[in-house]
Amino acid sequence: MTNAIEVRALERDFGDRKALAGVTFEVREGEAFGLLGPNGGGKSTLFRILATLLPPTRGSALVMGHDVTREPAEVRRQIGVVFQSTSTDKKLTAMENLLYQGAMYGMSGEALRSRATELLARFGVLDRAKDYCEKLSGGLRRRVEIAKGMLHGPKVLMLDEPSSGLDVGARRELREVLAGLKKDGTTVLLTTHFMEEANVCDRVAILDRGKVVALGKPESLCAESGQDVIRVRAKDPEKLRAAVASKFGATATVFDHELRIERSQGHEFVPQLVESFPGQVEAVTVSKPTLEDVFIRRTGRAFTE
Amino acid sequence: MSLLVPAISLAKRELVRFFRQRGRVIGACVTPIMFWLFMGSGLGKSFGGSGGDYLRYAFPGTTTMILLFTCIFSSISIIEDRNEGFLQSVLASPAPRSAIVLGKVLGGALLGWVQAFPFLLLGPTVGVPLTLAGLGQAALVLAISAFFLSSVGFFFAWRSTSVAGFHAIMNIVLMPMWLVSGALFPLVGARSWMGWVMRANPLTYGLSAVRTAVMPGDPGPFSVPVATGVISACAFVAFVACAATIRGEKA
Repeated sequence: MTNAIEVRALERDFGDRKALAGVTFEVREGEAFGLLGPNGGGKSTLFRILATLLPPTRGSALVMGHDVTREPAEVRRQIGVVFQSTSTDKKLTAMENLLYQGAMYGMSGEALRSRATELLARFGVLDRAKDYCEKLSGGLRRRVEIAKGMLHGPKVLMLDEPSSGLDVGARRELREVLAGLKKDGTTVLLTTHFMEEANVCDRVAILDRGKVVALGKPESLCAESGQDVIRVRAKDPEKLRAAVASKFGATATVFDHELRIERSQGHEFVPQLVESFPGQVEAVTVSKPTLEDVFIRRTGRAFTE
Repeated sequence: MSLLVPAISLAKRELVRFFRQRGRVIGACVTPIMFWLFMGSGLGKSFGGSGGDYLRYAFPGTTTMILLFTCIFSSISIIEDRNEGFLQSVLASPAPRSAIVLGKVLGGALLGWVQAFPFLLLGPTVGVPLTLAGLGQAALVLAISAFFLSSVGFFFAWRSTSVAGFHAIMNIVLMPMWLVSGALFPLVGARSWMGWVMRANPLTYGLSAVRTAVMPGDPGPFSVPVATGVISACAFVAFVACAATIRGEKA
């Protein structure tokens, strides 16, 4: 299987700050790949480099075999880009937005019009084709954005934080749209800080402070520790942490006033914990690790947005 | 990829957007006419040594003022496009960078032209007779001047991150360019240092050619071929500078 995207030892400096400090990964053709991480982790910088809008400082990035720095025009032909801030012109109708976009790709005439109609229909906005984009809801406008990105039939669709600013319903619809794209064989690369969205990806790379701290299938990343995550809300989490450490020899950490313990057979540990420290425990949850837990385990820090 | 499809499409978008914002249309038409009437009528015969009417003298200059206003104001759309996000999808497309500049500059120039040229039809009200040859010549020079002004606007707007910052440049660079173009006072009567400033100003040549075209009896300071040649060369240089700027951008 060939790679749609190949990123090798990619670095990007902004003055003294390293936004990307040596990132390497590849995205296979037809794969849905998620770049996950907290804001400031480097995913937007990486996105802009892959979209040919920002040159890397060192290292290389190839999209469908073309180097983003040396052959930007070739790369641009292969990619569709859906930006986080809307790129639709609000003074133009949904249809007009697509027609103008098509012209940027050298498309014109009846072929362009029918392709635009097809995409508006596919993303369920054909009935609003004649409305100015400023009249559309956030969710609908995002769909016009995606239609815009798919117009020229790109091999790779890149979406930057596609679900930011959308309500829960629109986010669910978006996940369906993404699943549909994947079915058609389009390679999808998206950045997100929503865990639920990362789970629709075949593989994810978790970026933190300009480095890939985890890379793989979401389910295998979550399962790799083989332990359960126990979260305890306590009156004095710091005191409880010390006590748990000395009594059970368990490493526990405090995040957001919650004690977090990783342990196998979590359901057996909970009664011991509650009985050992009567009156201190206010609430306990036991769960399988999420990607958030993967992040905490790899970085030792909470995944805050 | 062809230069024309994306360029024409971007230019057309400028026109469509303009006519959908009624305030812009009204502002662009009314402001210069008001300015012309107030200035011209107010100064009227106060300084008229030669007995000529100031309203008549200021007539060609008002046309270039409309050009300046509309071309420069339409450059603001570049800042808006950047801030609203439209520009990033254009830049991520394979459209040649020079096509993107051409589209934006052409759009602004067209907008300026369609507003400035009809103003010439008011000529007879101040004793400027209309001739087909004169109008044709003026139309051409106005188009070249519009392309020049629109390129200059693009050049500055591309670097501006805010509309407020662009307004500062407008006041420092662009408005004075019009003030010392021969629109308000002639080159011949100016003090010598001012004369040189005026000679160094590309817009002086554009205006000179327009003045000669519509008022052959009171021609501009330069011959038509010289004036047209200089403004054309300046338009070309300004456009190339814009194209170089956008290509060199590695934000």
